[in-house]
Amino acid sequence: MHLVTAVLRPHQLDAVKDALRGIGVSGITVSEVNGFGRQGGHTETYRGAEYTVDFLPKVRVEVLVDGIGAEKVVETITAAARTGKIGDGKVWVTDVQRVVRIRTGELDDEAL
Amino acid sequence: MTELTAADVQANLDTVFVLFAAVLVIFMQAGFALVEAGLTRAKSVANIMMKNLMDFAAGVIAFFCVGFAIAFGAGNDLFGSEGWFLTGDWDFGNLNVATFFVFQVAFAATAATIVSGAMAERTKFKSYFVYSFAITALIYPLVVHWTWGGGWLSTFGEGFVDFAGSTVVHSVGGWAALMGALILGPRIGKYSADGRVRAIPGHSIPFAVLGTFILLVGWYGFNPGSQLAADPVIADIALTTTLAACAGALMATVTIWTKTGKPDVGMAANGLLAGLVGITAGTAAVSNVGALAIGGIAGALVVFSVLFFDRVRVDDPVGAISVHGVCGAFGTLAVGLFAEEGGLFYGDGLAQVGTQAVGVAAVFAFVTVAAGLLFLAIRATIGLRVSAEEEIEGLDVMEHGAPGYGIDTAAGTSAVAHANPSLAGRPTAPQPVV
Repeated sequence: MHLVTAVLRPHQLDAVKDALRGIGVSGITVSEVNGFGRQGGHTETYRGAEYTVDFLPKVRVEVLVDGIGAEKVVETITAAARTGKIGDGKVWVTDVQRVVRIRTGELDDEAL
Repeated sequence: MTELTAADVQANLDTVFVLFAAVLVIFMQAGFALVEAGLTRAKSVANIMMKNLMDFAAGVIAFFCVGFAIAFGAGNDLFGSEGWFLTGDWDFGNLNVATFFVFQVAFAATAATIVSGAMAERTKFKSYFVYSFAITALIYPLVVHWTWGGGWLSTFGEGFVDFAGSTVVHSVGGWAALMGALILGPRIGKYSADGRVRAIPGHSIPFAVLGTFILLVGWYGFNPGSQLAADPVIADIALTTTLAACAGALMATVTIWTKTGKPDVGMAANGLLAGLVGITAGTAAVSNVGALAIGGIAGALVVFSVLFFDRVRVDDPVGAISVHGVCGAFGTLAVGLFAEEGGLFYGDGLAQVGTQAVGVAAVFAFVTVAAGLLFLAIRATIGLRVSAEEEIEGLDVMEHGAPGYGIDTAAGTSAVAHANPSLAGRPTAPQPVV
């Protein structure tokens, strides 16, 4: 089992969510985060004084998948989220050791 | 020392009352700012606040320099041409020109600020700023001159009746809002290619409702104050105003509840305002039951109007066109139906209705053309709409340099980095989350 995590532009979330639904993903978790990669670090003013915008608002999407599905999920997210401009974000895959469905106690692949 | 006569006391009372009413109407600017902020997204909140702040500032200056003279100065049936910068002799009965101006400028600013809501989240600040001058310098004053300034509508037919400005203030703002929204185009993502309407929810229902209450309180200056005298009739005016507001809120709630299965809070707030806009023309001419009817009809009407404008893909984030334009027109026509003297329902025939209709139509035609030309000219010269990137990111940072929310956490790290040069260019430790 794997966890696919993506950090994306907030505006692309709807497209990614619809695309994931389209390939049969039944659940995702979304959180609002701040971050920077190559984007960011520009100067603005507030009441005449300068400040640096270090962090940009992003969204983090997490999807649990069984082993076979991880690649497809990565491709789907990448395609739906891409705008071609710096700041599109990243997707990565990590191993998951154990998944439990809390309501029923089902384990691992049955819990997905 | 000369004795204070009863007439002097009345004059002083009139002045105090009208100025107090003016302050209530000026406070409506806060109401508009809150309603518009509450019904739009957080990423553009500083921008909508700025537009509300500056359309007041620009509007007052424009009305002082030019607009007041066009509205109330001596001239012809179409416009005034004397009294620039408030100079010259004025006769407003017991009120001096300062009192009268402060009261009237509050109304001018109300007409101007209606438009920012319909054009929210996608209009360049500088373009809106230019518009603010134009509407209070020229478009609004011309309509005022035709009506309250003694111009052609005031003597047309049975005499056009618009006591506190359903048409003169609210429809002027509402139709300008319509042209602005039309010429701007809808927000990105509002209407899908297959014809669906997507909700773009605002970021604060509490703002929207508190703003509505502030507007309600302000209306006690708007309507009773328009008597321009401390006269017992102001109580009757305050009563019809109150009844219409509540009937509007009730009927809007019932209507949207029936249509969608839920009593939508924003729509209920719009309904209360619709009732107020609707009664504004006839507040001194209709009975209490008439006020309930007018408010109630306006409350239902505003719901259908909001749904209609979405169906024809005119994106109005706060319902300004429906509340002020449509219900302003209705309230004006309603005088012809419900006026205790001259109304159709009191056996006085259609004459007043006809006069009201001419006024409504004339103002609609004039404002749509004038505002349309204005917005087209702005679009062709300095541009009207922000870029797509800016609209998606939110207007606050690119238009004004700082977000309305979260500026303290966004900028907080900079001060630390600047104080310690070895940290410059590297991310600082995240601030503790409270």
